Amino acid sequence: MSKQKESLVQHHVAHHFDTAEQEFSTAKLGMWVFLVQELLFFGALFVAFFVFKYLYPEMYVEAHHHLSWKMGALNTIFLITSSFTMVMGVRSAQTNQRRATKNYLFATMLLACSFLVVKYFEYAAKFHHGLLPPHFFFGEGVHQTLPIFFGLYFVMTGLHGIHVLIGIGLIAWLMYRNSRGEFNSEFYTPVEMVGLYWHFVDLVWIFLFPLFYLVG
Amino acid sequence: MAHAVNEGSYLTNPKGWKSWLLTLDHKRIGIMYLLFIVISFALGGFFALALRLELLSPAKIIFTAKQYNQLFTLHGAIMVFLFIVPSIPASLGNFVMPLMLGAKDVAFPRLNLASFYIYVFGAIFCVYSMISGAADTGWTFYTPYSTTTNTSVISMTLGAFILGFSSILTGVNFIATIHKMRAKGMNWFRMPLFVWALYATAIIQVLATPVLAITLLLLILERTIGVGIFDPTIGGDPVLFQHFFWFYSHPAVYIMILPAMGIMSELVTTFCRKNIFGYKTIAYSSIAIAIISFLVWGHHLFVSGQSDNAATIFSILTFLVGIPSAIKVFNWLSTMYGGSINLKTPFLYFLSFMVLFCVGGFTGIMLGALSLDVYFHGTYFVVAHFHYVMMGGTVMAFIGGLHYWWPKMFGKMYSEFWGAVACFFIFVGFNMVFFTQFILGAKGMPRRYFNYLDQFQPLHAFSTMGTWVLGLGFLIMAFYLIDSLINGPPAPANPWGGMTLEWHTQSPPVTHNFDVAPVVDHDPYDYRRIDG
Amino acid sequence: MAKEVVVESLMKSGSFWFPEGANSITNSVDGLFYFILIGSIILFVGICSTMAYFLYKYRRTEANPVATSHITHSTTLELLWTIIPLILCVIIFWWGYKDFLSMGTPPGSALEIRVIGKKWLWQFEYPKEGVKTLGELVVPVNRPIRLVMGSEDVLHSFFLPNFRIKRDVLPNRYTRLWFQAERMGNFQIFCTEYCGDGHSAMLATLRVVSEAEYQEWLHGGSGDSDEPLPELGKKLYTKNACNTCHSIDGSPSVGPTWKGMYGHKVSLDGGASVDVDDAYIKESIENPKAKIVKGFQPVMPTYAGVLREREMLAIIEYMKSL
Repeated sequence: MSKQKESLVQHHVAHHFDTAEQEFSTAKLGMWVFLVQELLFFGALFVAFFVFKYLYPEMYVEAHHHLSWKMGALNTIFLITSSFTMVMGVRSAQTNQRRATKNYLFATMLLACSFLVVKYFEYAAKFHHGLLPPHFFFGEGVHQTLPIFFGLYFVMTGLHGIHVLIGIGLIAWLMYRNSRGEFNSEFYTPVEMVGLYWHFVDLVWIFLFPLFYLVG
Repeated sequence: MAHAVNEGSYLTNPKGWKSWLLTLDHKRIGIMYLLFIVISFALGGFFALALRLELLSPAKIIFTAKQYNQLFTLHGAIMVFLFIVPSIPASLGNFVMPLMLGAKDVAFPRLNLASFYIYVFGAIFCVYSMISGAADTGWTFYTPYSTTTNTSVISMTLGAFILGFSSILTGVNFIATIHKMRAKGMNWFRMPLFVWALYATAIIQVLATPVLAITLLLLILERTIGVGIFDPTIGGDPVLFQHFFWFYSHPAVYIMILPAMGIMSELVTTFCRKNIFGYKTIAYSSIAIAIISFLVWGHHLFVSGQSDNAATIFSILTFLVGIPSAIKVFNWLSTMYGGSINLKTPFLYFLSFMVLFCVGGFTGIMLGALSLDVYFHGTYFVVAHFHYVMMGGTVMAFIGGLHYWWPKMFGKMYSEFWGAVACFFIFVGFNMVFFTQFILGAKGMPRRYFNYLDQFQPLHAFSTMGTWVLGLGFLIMAFYLIDSLINGPPAPANPWGGMTLEWHTQSPPVTHNFDVAPVVDHDPYDYRRIDG
Repeated sequence: MAKEVVVESLMKSGSFWFPEGANSITNSVDGLFYFILIGSIILFVGICSTMAYFLYKYRRTEANPVATSHITHSTTLELLWTIIPLILCVIIFWWGYKDFLSMGTPPGSALEIRVIGKKWLWQFEYPKEGVKTLGELVVPVNRPIRLVMGSEDVLHSFFLPNFRIKRDVLPNRYTRLWFQAERMGNFQIFCTEYCGDGHSAMLATLRVVSEAEYQEWLHGGSGDSDEPLPELGKKLYTKNACNTCHSIDGSPSVGPTWKGMYGHKVSLDGGASVDVDDAYIKESIENPKAKIVKGFQPVMPTYAGVLREREMLAIIEYMKSL
């Protein structure tokens, strides 16, 4: 064993697994199944989105003019880039590059935070104009049903935002474990799992962006 | 690796209440679930007794209309979300499934414990709703009533929302376990049928429950910030809620019944000492049910104003989902042919299930027919139907499974005599309560009625008296089961002569399940191998 | 006019299972039920007696300690019990579908009546004649009737057991229901979608009368009856569903009891108080949300335009008498 390896925290296969491969493939399967349920979770919201788009197409056209597609596009760039840095992070962990792992994870986190900052400005503008869910709505619009759009907008982007927040927490946790040298080519399961999660969060936004901002 | 011979069972090793609360052992988690599930059942049953008591007379006896509405809401919500959905998978499934697979534990033991605490956390919200102005919406929470009533709807739906995640995580865990943790040599068609049933259940849990979760979340948000999509006053559509709700809740019916069917397959093979008739048919029919169950939710909306075309398609699919269930019944029946039938308590519940589930199934066919559903919808006929399936089906199988694995779980035998007595009271009481309700419903008596027309009283009173017989049956069961824990004779490793792997370890099992990792080289119910 | 209406009993009329039918479609609907019932009974008896026979024949004894058959499956049998139920289901589906379609397609000549469901009463409007009634739907026999239904608050469901028809009543769209009464009589109407405290009291009566009687009721019925006011008030109390929420024995319900209310002061929501006199009662009936008695919810629907002046007086007189 080299000196470098000794400083690493050795991962032990949990007692109920026979091999490390079994443990890894089980974790991966579990994560995929979990993401399937996430898909259904957002799926129902997308169905609601389309039902009301079908019912009130003109209202949707009016509503999307209240959203800034530029900010949305900026955020899309942030998230797509962050997916890339996440992939690189996983790759670095797989190839024993602790430092690179740290940098890539940090970059991912930074991009996620930027996303939230942009979101904050967008939300602030909506609050200012009263474009809010029905109980708080005081904005001006041609269509009476406009509050429904903003009800959906806040619920869907809000839930997505919470997922981004959770992602930031998970990446911070990865960075901590990485700093203890827990990840190497033999064991990088958590990095891979958070990576999968992060791609999912990214993917949801890829759908949210055109639907809300570019619907016209 | 040699273990000390006398290290004790999972019940006592390690010792101390802390080791229970923080345990990662699937058996202990299963037992803790069992405790909470039984308490929930008792609570839900208590509400049922109370509301049936109120229905003894057409006018007010004890409760006001509002209290009555709260009672049936609590009865429904507790029975569905706290009892029947987690009942078999989380308690018996958790305990038995890894043993049946020859595994040391489920795939994610910590996630398993987390599911349990999420369940407890959700239960706390439900209980909080009970004491803070209980919800009066019915367990279906239909909008716009649920968004406008001033009772404690939020804490009840939040509770159900949280319980949903417990259910989802259990499903994720079980899918991973069944895929990855099987003993050497156990291929998919050497798995016991209970495991197949749990697998099908887990698929539904993972795919359907999130939709319920988001629906309840939308309901909560509708009450707090407003979302508008269910609010008719600003252009929302309350029927959309029903679509969302039943997209989960109809598959959820199969979350309830599939594991019960799995138990039935175990019971019939062990107590007939015979291999199952049509293993693959039963296994595939579980998966078929799981898949088709996602496409039938609209049969709850035949009279809600959905389009005729939608109703037609949902009706066809509803009949399709009934076929695999019918196949299973015939297969179980055929398994009895040429067997050596050991008429022990678990098998009595097998027989009860067969009888009651058939009645539930036949009336289900009636309800699936469009014109008849228009008539029966929202009447006691529906109430009777789903109690025949849920209680006559799932609860009978749950009790049967509980008696079947009781010696394995606690290492004690119970009184067969009192077991048979309790089963008799439960069977008779159940039919008194619910068969009566078929007639009431067919005669036009609507459900969720606090007061009713005088002409319905004789049948209502008879139904109420049935609940007392039913209650007595459960009381007897509680007594002899508790007694068996204290005074019961010790159980052998395999009291019934079962073939599946859980009977190959001691009763109760050791903490790590098997001293020697099992290797499987035969079908799960291959009695011919030992009996010639 | 306000003669006692006796509603046909659901339990006492008809067969063991169904109340006596009165709609053109009832025979076919009931027929499907009996078709399934007979099939089910045959299957049920078959399954149970086979089970009982096996239980006896193959019970575990010293002579029969282990299974005597090791048959694992039979493709023929299993196909048989897949295909036969499938065929039966197709027949049942078709039968139900056919009736469901005719339930949804009223003839063009149907007489249209509007139904409004609100917590917790049914209101009927005859649009051409401008007649409104509460809790009582009057239709001529042997003529197709189309109901166009809407709700003012939550979901309700309009159910006519003798006619085997039912449809939800929604707040955001109109739903339709049609029937053709084949015989005269008074029939029960229920609400079958849970709608709150008064759900089980949200009843109404369908009165099927001859064409002549219908015309007379529709046009000549506007004359006030000469019944003494308190007695008329007593009838209106139940007919207009006041009894859903207001007791007359002093017990609190959804709304304040009427007993001893007249002539007394009541405190209102918000601190003020008011004398219960003719003016207050009239206001509360026509604009119920104006002055809510302390401790109660503003849930009462308006009766403006539904009660005639004399009926209003009758209710006030009735309250006085309590």
